[in-house]
Amino acid sequence: MHEIVLSARNLTKRFGGLAAVNNVSVDLWRDRIHVVIGPNGAGKSTLTNLLTGDLEPTSGTITLGGRDVTNWPPEKKSHQGLGRSYQKTNIFAPFTVWENVRLAAQSRDPQQPWNPWRWLQDASQSAGTLARAERAIELAGLEGRRHTIAGAASHGEQRQLEIAMTLATEPLVLLLDEPLAGMGVAEAERMVELLLKLKKDHAMMLVEHDLDAIFTLADHMTVMVNGQVIASDTPAAVRADAGVQAAYLGEEH
Amino acid sequence: MSSPKANLETLPRSVQFALALGLVALAAFPFVGSDFYLQMVTRMMILAIFAMSLDLLQGVSGLVSLGHAAYFGLAGYALAFLTPAGEPVNLWWTLPLAVLASALAALVIGIFVVRTHGIYFIMVTMAFAQMVFYLFFDNKVLGGSDGIYINFKPDATVLGWLPFDLENKQTFYFFTLACLLGVYAFLRRLLWSPLGRALAGIRVNEHRMRAMGFATFGYKLTAFTVAGALAGLAGYLWGAQTGYVNPELMGFHMSAHAIMMVILGGMGNFAGAIVGAFAFEFLLHEFKDLPTLGAFNLGKHWQLWMGLFIVIVVTFAPRGLLGLLSRLSARKENAAPRPTRAAAPATPVVPRKEGSHA
Repeated sequence: MHEIVLSARNLTKRFGGLAAVNNVSVDLWRDRIHVVIGPNGAGKSTLTNLLTGDLEPTSGTITLGGRDVTNWPPEKKSHQGLGRSYQKTNIFAPFTVWENVRLAAQSRDPQQPWNPWRWLQDASQSAGTLARAERAIELAGLEGRRHTIAGAASHGEQRQLEIAMTLATEPLVLLLDEPLAGMGVAEAERMVELLLKLKKDHAMMLVEHDLDAIFTLADHMTVMVNGQVIASDTPAAVRADAGVQAAYLGEEH
Repeated sequence: MSSPKANLETLPRSVQFALALGLVALAAFPFVGSDFYLQMVTRMMILAIFAMSLDLLQGVSGLVSLGHAAYFGLAGYALAFLTPAGEPVNLWWTLPLAVLASALAALVIGIFVVRTHGIYFIMVTMAFAQMVFYLFFDNKVLGGSDGIYINFKPDATVLGWLPFDLENKQTFYFFTLACLLGVYAFLRRLLWSPLGRALAGIRVNEHRMRAMGFATFGYKLTAFTVAGALAGLAGYLWGAQTGYVNPELMGFHMSAHAIMMVILGGMGNFAGAIVGAFAFEFLLHEFKDLPTLGAFNLGKHWQLWMGLFIVIVVTFAPRGLLGLLSRLSARKENAAPRPTRAAAPATPVVPRKEGSHA
């Protein structure tokens, strides 16, 4: 039996009259990849933003690690174990790859900005931070790119960096927004391999368009159209679902 | 073109060498300069401390405060209130108290202003500074528009022993130089501390910082308070040196000048703020001395020439005078590459092209 780490119940988000997300429930289990698909504008990104705390739901609840975190701000949810990577690469472009990951890892050190003693410490000497950053760099396969300025790294490397930064915060839940977007074949294969490896220790939600990858990775699938869930089941069942075929798979691909 | 969010944080060898030369010149100056210039350079050093304190917000954290002079002036006023008319007051408790007053004001005002972003931050910092300005300007009890005289320089006596006498202009100069070095060393250290790294992250991408679990409010409030405290140190020294404080010290022009100093020298590394403060004060002195041409008094319109100069610097050297120096020396190094540069960690190279990142 897989343990539910994150559970969203009846989430709704209205922007004026429009319900971008309408009564959506999702569960994320450890050691399972939950893939969310849907055409553009289906509400996948809004759903992600509700789960992370970037947006507050109009109604519904989110529990994470057994606690009600519905209206928590992003930084608090992050400390409760929520890790998120972005669809559009959202890194610290002027910093080196290493500093991007180190900074993410620093967030798990005691945060005491007001403590004068810590103003005189060297950020690059915290053993805990270094270990977390090093592990994330290795997991993401960025060992050779530590000193590259992040903004000058290749697109695929920036996607890897996105994942590395998320991993450096040692999350329980990974919300990955199109991690394969814009990647070459070889890069995408490596990323799929990495995601399968990460699955063991994380509950994972993937928003993805790449159908080959989806059917390789997914243990569970949710299909969204117009802010609503039209199917949520195993990949095989979803693939056979007539409603899904009509609404999404058949039309789009 | 270099990315505007990339700071020159690691100072290249050439810049370090120039700074060391500058320090030697500053240490030697009292033995050759006249009283007039001694006081002028003391003033430059005080303004350099003020500019560095602003750089912590503006250059490091990306928080452009248009009201930083409020914290500068408050500590000057604190000294004025603490100094009796007929005798000096002790340095060792009035200096910390004045700095604490500025820090406290920055903490309280900061609670409101660091919630805002971008243009709103600029407006709200200015609004609070204007409130402080008019509080002093309109109240006779607080000195009113005329300000307050400080008849004596603070007295440095410890348990009956006087280690140095600030009434001596040379001594005051060296005391200010020691403060300048202390603040610079402190801020350079802070730049590489967990707080400094987090502030740099907030400048570049606050949203991602929050997603990674940083409660950015506390970081920004801390930066605002520390910057206010250090501005207070500068303001205290200003009050002691000039023997006079008035509301202009907290005024809009004072805040704006500090911003220009930081931009002129180069943001985000504190050395630039020092260079900028010296350059600004020097140019101000030179421009004010310009002759009258026919009916047009060039010196009276110094702000025009200063404005032109800053436009030129910003256009052709977006990372300020210090950035220009490091660029010129880097070009020279490229022309004649030295054989061994391997061991030291490479100084961050700014990407030439803004690549595919969003």
